[in-house]
Amino acid sequence: MTPPLLEIETLHTSFSTEAGIARAVDGVSFQLHAGETLGVVGESGCGKSVTALSILRLVRPPGRIEAGSAIRFEGTNLLALAERDMQHVRGNRIAMVFQEPMTALNPVFTVGDQIAEVARIHAGASRRSAAAKAVEMLALVGIPDPAQRATEYPHQLSGGMRQRVVIAMALVMNPALIIADEPTTALDVTIQAQILELLADLTRRLGTSVLLITHDLGVVAENCSRVIVMYAGEVVEESTTVELFAHAHHPYTEGLLGAMPRVGRGAERLATIPGTVPAPTAWPVGCRFRERCAFAWDRCAKDHPPLYQLGSGHQSRCHLAEEPNRRAHPHTPLAAASGVASA
Amino acid sequence: MPAIGVRHRLLRDRRVWIGLGVLAFMAVAALTAPLIAPYKPDAQLDIVQLAGQAPSSAHWLGTDPFGRDVLSRMLFGSRVSLTIALAAVAMAMTFGTLVGVIAGYFGGPVDSVLMRLVDAAFSIPPLLYIIVVAALWGDVGIVALTLLIASVAWFGVSRLVRAKALTVRDADFVMAARALGMSSWRIVTRHVLPNVVGPAIVTSTLAIGNVILLEAGLSYLGIGVRPPQASWGSIIQDGAERMSDQWWLTLFPGLAILVTAFACNALGDALRDALDPRQLQPLRDDDTPLITA
Repeated sequence: MTPPLLEIETLHTSFSTEAGIARAVDGVSFQLHAGETLGVVGESGCGKSVTALSILRLVRPPGRIEAGSAIRFEGTNLLALAERDMQHVRGNRIAMVFQEPMTALNPVFTVGDQIAEVARIHAGASRRSAAAKAVEMLALVGIPDPAQRATEYPHQLSGGMRQRVVIAMALVMNPALIIADEPTTALDVTIQAQILELLADLTRRLGTSVLLITHDLGVVAENCSRVIVMYAGEVVEESTTVELFAHAHHPYTEGLLGAMPRVGRGAERLATIPGTVPAPTAWPVGCRFRERCAFAWDRCAKDHPPLYQLGSGHQSRCHLAEEPNRRAHPHTPLAAASGVASA
Repeated sequence: MPAIGVRHRLLRDRRVWIGLGVLAFMAVAALTAPLIAPYKPDAQLDIVQLAGQAPSSAHWLGTDPFGRDVLSRMLFGSRVSLTIALAAVAMAMTFGTLVGVIAGYFGGPVDSVLMRLVDAAFSIPPLLYIIVVAALWGDVGIVALTLLIASVAWFGVSRLVRAKALTVRDADFVMAARALGMSSWRIVTRHVLPNVVGPAIVTSTLAIGNVILLEAGLSYLGIGVRPPQASWGSIIQDGAERMSDQWWLTLFPGLAILVTAFACNALGDALRDALDPRQLQPLRDDDTPLITA
């Protein structure tokens, strides 16, 4: 088997805050293969965005990537690169698409200029050929009348158009990997599907791998071949998308799936997960999901669960893997019982 | 630089035309002073007959106690006053922007040190500081005066630019630029500077008025421009003792200062409004641009 395009090993990224050290990403490992679209899901504060920023080494003080972490990309440990070499990776081999197309573009330059800029830094393109490249990229992302649009400012474009521009900027150098951090969250629902389809279509054609960060399992189902579920700074479940939807193992993943609206399930209330993510400055001992879990028992309070292998490519960080019988006896989660949050 | 909306809005703003008109008038008068001045600025025409004459058809703005034509002195004085003001403000703007961008973009200890220096500088009254330095320096010419004025005018610019640079630094598009592989230097020149020049130009324009007043105050106190050379401030100084009976000695240069400061402020206000990014709205169909970008 060919080595993975991206291999993250025990990534620890922490932030010094007044409340103590927040371990936002706490020992995350995963692999991403060439041409693959890997989904990363989890609720706000689970560490998925920090993981993305860590890959590009864009975490700013007071945040830092701890020693012992490794991020191997195309065979190189990015964490060992000099800043100058890292700049060569950013935008060139790995590009990022941000959540907010309103603010990800500089208001004082035309969109054509901003796309051309990428070609100018990385390919040393002349002003003219860079400008031509910009128009070509705008056409590629399906913007009508690209030559005209290239001369317009971000505020003259709609949200969907702007996100297309952001995608165009990411694709200029034909990177091996695109990290898309909630690329459609800020857009209208009707536009969301278009943008995702565009991203999927282009990356398939160009053979680009995608790390798709989202809190929307529906987006994962449609776009990703594999999924990583993150919770409280850790990977809690990893599997193929098909397997995850058919046989989710971790109670947190089950909770996420239960919170999804589905066709044919009638007008019942959507399930919610009681409680909230614990504070990253003080992850609880044992299982971090324990207080919100309907199956937790005394072992969960003591032993921090490892990632159990469930089958080929399916892993789950839950003791139920060893004691599956306990699934038969759900109880009220601690968080719900103590009234921490109402369902 | 923002072009479309900004230029369009500037051209439609009456304050721009008034400000530019007044300043252009002043500039032309200053440049052509030797041609249009009716008399030599320091010629004592007739100390007996013509000392302290009220405005008349021969001396539109009267004469001073030494028998010199006030209009001619003001025309030549505008060269000194405007040059000092523009040069000092240009220096202050450049230096203030530099310090502000460095402090704001790099932040941390660099920012703390620079801003505490600015705080300290702010706590010293500028007039007092210049008087002390001038006294220690001895002979303060026009160049030294300009430098002194610039040295007290940049704090305001640096404060404002820093605040703006701080917000730009944390803007998503700067993060996006870093994610696209831009170096810090390039981010500063491509993203931070273009976003802070607007506010820097605006505060500087507003500072021109203050600087003219400061120079006038200093000349009034006898620092800088020396007799018989004229500046607006020194003309006022010459006339200060006779304000009750020879009002024209102080009124006309005072008006000149007032009008110039007013024009600069009008221009600065208009620039500030036009450069406000919140006003960068798409042009509506009924807004026909006067000049296309």
